[in-house]
Amino acid sequence: MSSVHANAYVPKSRIAKWFESRLPIAGLVHSSFIAYPVPRNLNYFWTFGAILSAFLGIQIITGVWLAMHYEPSATRAFESVEHIMRDVNYGWLLRYAHANGASMFFVAVYVHMFRALYYGSYKAPREVLYILGVVIYLLMMATAFLGYTLPWGQMSFWGATVITNILAAIPVVGDTIQSLLWGGYSVGNPTINRFFSLHYLLPWMIAGVVVLHVWALHVTGQNNPTGIPIKSGKDAVPFTPYATIKDVFATVVFMILFAWFIFYQPNYLGHADNYVAANPAVTPAHIVPEWYFLPFYAILRAVPSKLGGVILMFSAVLILAFAPWLDTSRVRSANYRPIYRQFFWVFAAVTVILGWLGSKPPEGGYVIASQICTFYYFAHFLLVMPLVGLFETPKAMPGSILESVTGPGKQISGSGMPTGAAASPTTKG
Amino acid sequence: MANTSAAPAGTAPQDGTRRDFMFLATGAGLAVGAGAVAWPLVASMAPDSATIAAGAPIDVDLSPITDGQIINVFWRGKLIFVRKLTEKEVGDMKGVPQGQLIEPAAFDSRVKKGHDQWLVVYGNCTHLGCVPIGHQGNFEGWACPCHGSQFDAVGRVRRGPAPINLPIPPYAFQTDAKIRIGEEGGKAAA
Repeated sequence: MSSVHANAYVPKSRIAKWFESRLPIAGLVHSSFIAYPVPRNLNYFWTFGAILSAFLGIQIITGVWLAMHYEPSATRAFESVEHIMRDVNYGWLLRYAHANGASMFFVAVYVHMFRALYYGSYKAPREVLYILGVVIYLLMMATAFLGYTLPWGQMSFWGATVITNILAAIPVVGDTIQSLLWGGYSVGNPTINRFFSLHYLLPWMIAGVVVLHVWALHVTGQNNPTGIPIKSGKDAVPFTPYATIKDVFATVVFMILFAWFIFYQPNYLGHADNYVAANPAVTPAHIVPEWYFLPFYAILRAVPSKLGGVILMFSAVLILAFAPWLDTSRVRSANYRPIYRQFFWVFAAVTVILGWLGSKPPEGGYVIASQICTFYYFAHFLLVMPLVGLFETPKAMPGSILESVTGPGKQISGSGMPTGAAASPTTKG
Repeated sequence: MANTSAAPAGTAPQDGTRRDFMFLATGAGLAVGAGAVAWPLVASMAPDSATIAAGAPIDVDLSPITDGQIINVFWRGKLIFVRKLTEKEVGDMKGVPQGQLIEPAAFDSRVKKGHDQWLVVYGNCTHLGCVPIGHQGNFEGWACPCHGSQFDAVGRVRRGPAPINLPIPPYAFQTDAKIRIGEEGGKAAA
């Protein structure tokens, strides 16, 4: 069995040899997803990449099927969504899976981002990998916004109105961009038609950037909870079966949460107002975006200036891309950074509080609290990240990934790469 | 460029210049071609001629509107409020000191001459486009449910985040009881 985990792919049959010499795709899959060395100390935070891939697939499949029944027009969209819910076989399942799938996609991406920020996965040599992740996140936000407008309910219509008005705040070119998005003098039939087209386009762009993201990952290798790179074969285990099974197991567990929402709380994350057809004469009394945009919505409303709020909101996302250069510490994992770790948890709490504030009306104490939290959000990137790295004394690091698992000085025989994990299947890995 | 190291020995010098010409001509052709492809793609997203044609001026009959009432009309898909001010509101609005306004605007600039009781404004908040609710807020005007902006009885912004007053669409009185929206002084709006 030990030869199973050999590094290089060797085609066995004549057909496999013939094919491999013409298109070496089997070898690429083997080196990327079978023999690929994975740090042996990865925890469950590292399974969210696989969960996200699963959700990209779920969203594309349910979306393609929904598009067979949906009509992207201002007069027919709302009715066609009800048609899907009432008349189409399993239409309710397709739609609830797609709507809740978007929310689960964001749950998973926020855990994934938390992992990257806590364990310092954005630091050298993974800057490009990380920035590609920020690009995917931006594309996800655009896709989710466009998708939310398509049922053409009250929240859809007013969400589209508010967001396109945000873009109009951009100096000089704002009005032109707004007019090109609307295709008219206001949000209307041409708008929903092109939003549907773009909503269908962007997921394929996400898929393309995901390929680059995984490619960059397989060049630099995965980070791990210690932040120490793989130094020897004993620090790693082969991707298959270790990471494969763990990823699939975590994905299945996550699907239980997904299924619970679909079958028991399908509308919990939505808004009742979106079951009222779009009416351009009446704004819902309390207009809020979907939960995954709430922290940014709170930042937008924290500033009593239109352009200022818009600039801060976009900056709040874009500043993520600068983290590799704002953080001055050489230690990746916050596990070994006693001061930064405390600041980080405050930052995580502030982000959640901003989300809560985004769901509240823009009045009195909520506005003041939003302003304080917005200040802290930016201070984390612009003050804490650069300064703490300069003054902090990190904790003692383990000598290697293996040592962090087995304790200092202990040695284990076998395991790891590339001799074959089957040699000691009981070893913790 | 004529002496690039890539030119193999013994090649006549004019070969280099021919290659330069090919290189520049191809590059220029590509740039023009890319522009020629991009232009119709972008232009097709602009409002089409049917949408523009549907944006012709509309007439609004004012006679059924009572004192203090606000009605909604749509022109070019945009919501417009037509409001008949009460005598008290006219008096209050004339009395507002300009210093208190975010975007100072005299009462006379908000209404048409000789028609002090009639206000015609776009009905979308100048912040992010929500519809402010009439007869709410602290200024006898509108309050926006989305982000808390408030406007007074003649649509002047009194509390942010809205940066400017509710804009006034082009309109003109045809008679004392009829206005035409989309036309000002006999000239159609662009």
